[in-house]
Amino acid sequence: MPFEVSDLAELDAPDKEYLWTLNFGPQHPATHTTLRLVLTLDGETVVNAVPHIGYLHSGFEKLGEHLDFNQYVTIVDRMNYISPLHNEISWHHAVEKLLGIELTPRCKYLRTILAELMRIQDHLLNTGTCALDLGGFTAFLYFFQQRELIYDIVETASGQRFHTSYTRVGGVAFDVNNAWVDKVRSFVKGFAAVHAEVHRLLTRNRIFIERVKGIGYLSAEDCINMGVTGPLARASGVLRDLRKDEPYLAYPDLDFKVVAAKDGDCYARYLVRMQEMVESIKIIEQCIENIPEGPVNVDAGSKAVIPAKPSVYRSIEGLIQHFEVMMPNRGFPTPKEEIYAATESPNGELGYYIVSDGTPRAYRARTRPPSYVHFAVFPHIIKNHQLSDVVAVLGSLNIIAAELDR
Amino acid sequence: MSAEDALKSKFAGDGLAFSQFRDNHRIEVPAAKLFEILAFLKNEQHFDMLAEVTAVDYLEYEGAKDRFGVVYVIVSTKTAERLVIKTFVNDPEPLLPSVYSLWKSADWLEREVYDMFGIRFSGHPDLRRILTPDEFTAYPLRKDYPLKGRGERHNFPVLTRAES
Repeated sequence: MPFEVSDLAELDAPDKEYLWTLNFGPQHPATHTTLRLVLTLDGETVVNAVPHIGYLHSGFEKLGEHLDFNQYVTIVDRMNYISPLHNEISWHHAVEKLLGIELTPRCKYLRTILAELMRIQDHLLNTGTCALDLGGFTAFLYFFQQRELIYDIVETASGQRFHTSYTRVGGVAFDVNNAWVDKVRSFVKGFAAVHAEVHRLLTRNRIFIERVKGIGYLSAEDCINMGVTGPLARASGVLRDLRKDEPYLAYPDLDFKVVAAKDGDCYARYLVRMQEMVESIKIIEQCIENIPEGPVNVDAGSKAVIPAKPSVYRSIEGLIQHFEVMMPNRGFPTPKEEIYAATESPNGELGYYIVSDGTPRAYRARTRPPSYVHFAVFPHIIKNHQLSDVVAVLGSLNIIAAELDR
Repeated sequence: MSAEDALKSKFAGDGLAFSQFRDNHRIEVPAAKLFEILAFLKNEQHFDMLAEVTAVDYLEYEGAKDRFGVVYVIVSTKTAERLVIKTFVNDPEPLLPSVYSLWKSADWLEREVYDMFGIRFSGHPDLRRILTPDEFTAYPLRKDYPLKGRGERHNFPVLTRAES
């Protein structure tokens, strides 16, 4: 059960005086970001945990009501900053669904590759730091070196390593070139060796297994009832993956498996994430050799799309359209509708609920962050665990506080 | 029989409005029937996951009759169907029944709606503010709350080292 007020009165009773309270965070290396837990302990056993969140709340959703669909992309990639490009892809997926824009095949493949690179990036950090928190420093460094290569790939495409702001309504900011394709190819080629190395370091490592096996158990029923999605739910045996269930981008064309496990503990989550990276590499391999030729952005006939630079400089139509999209007092008409659209982010279901009032600004831009729903589960699964398991469970849930608090 | 047909026959006279936009199947329901309908969809249909609870303030929305819309996105993990259920509440006391007894994921999602919009959920076990501090008095995502805030940030009580 999550925290209930009645629990507190019970724990404050005079005969429970042997219980003590420990404040964990908001600044603690194992929380990775700013979140706070108040733990009630019996010796070293956690009796109760109360999360206090909101330290990074910065009103992103309010900002979304004041920025247009292209501008807000700079805010969404600051939510889950471990895989920033996936937030952008997800946001524009929702916007394009609202506007009824069908992407070009080239853009679909490009975004699919980037989305899968982001999944790898996220899982690299998560499995790496999960081991780091438990004392395994080496795997973390091996994986961070791979993350560096992904940063390079993203930089080649967008000019930015971290907060890329790369996608636009109906396409991306710049097309990629052959140098980028070569970089992705060489990353894919080198990744398997590092992945195998980390498997050798951790998967049968007795110290690691003792710390994660059987820890933080979550049953399939609880996962569904508590709204848990993504690798956490799949580690408990819930076969749910939006890439298969509600296919988007190029996923219907691709051959990949949904990775799942039965155990539902931290070790199962580690294994699921490790294997998902292999599946992602498979997807990238299929895409990178088959990127369709042709334009990357939707044709400029659609009023919502930023026109290509040559057409802006050489034709009056392009110039007018550029002006209409860019100027804050102009804009294009949008359907006066509401839509919920979700994608499978590395962490789980990342959804956006957009209400449009007919202007190119969202009337309401709600984010459904997976971290928020997952952190609500934490007090439930940490009960009766040891204090040292807190970091193991927290690591396996992959809570990103910027996304949690928005 | 699809879930929508089942609802049409079971709640025939209750003013449910069905619509579809792109792939979203949407149902507008009266607030008084909300809990009954969601319980029916969970227990007798197969919608076992509550993916999302959120709200919209329609204060400045052209042609809107009600102040707040509350949106529930429910999912079936068996058939991968999705339904968007929407209901409306109004000032001065926006109140809805909590669905925590059906789905535990409603716990924090409803707390956030309360924190941001001031919509209360009766029967919620722990309806406190979640993202803003406990001392906060406004509901920031309401449309009558300014983007820059009302100075809460500048007047935030600071504890000095001497006082602590």
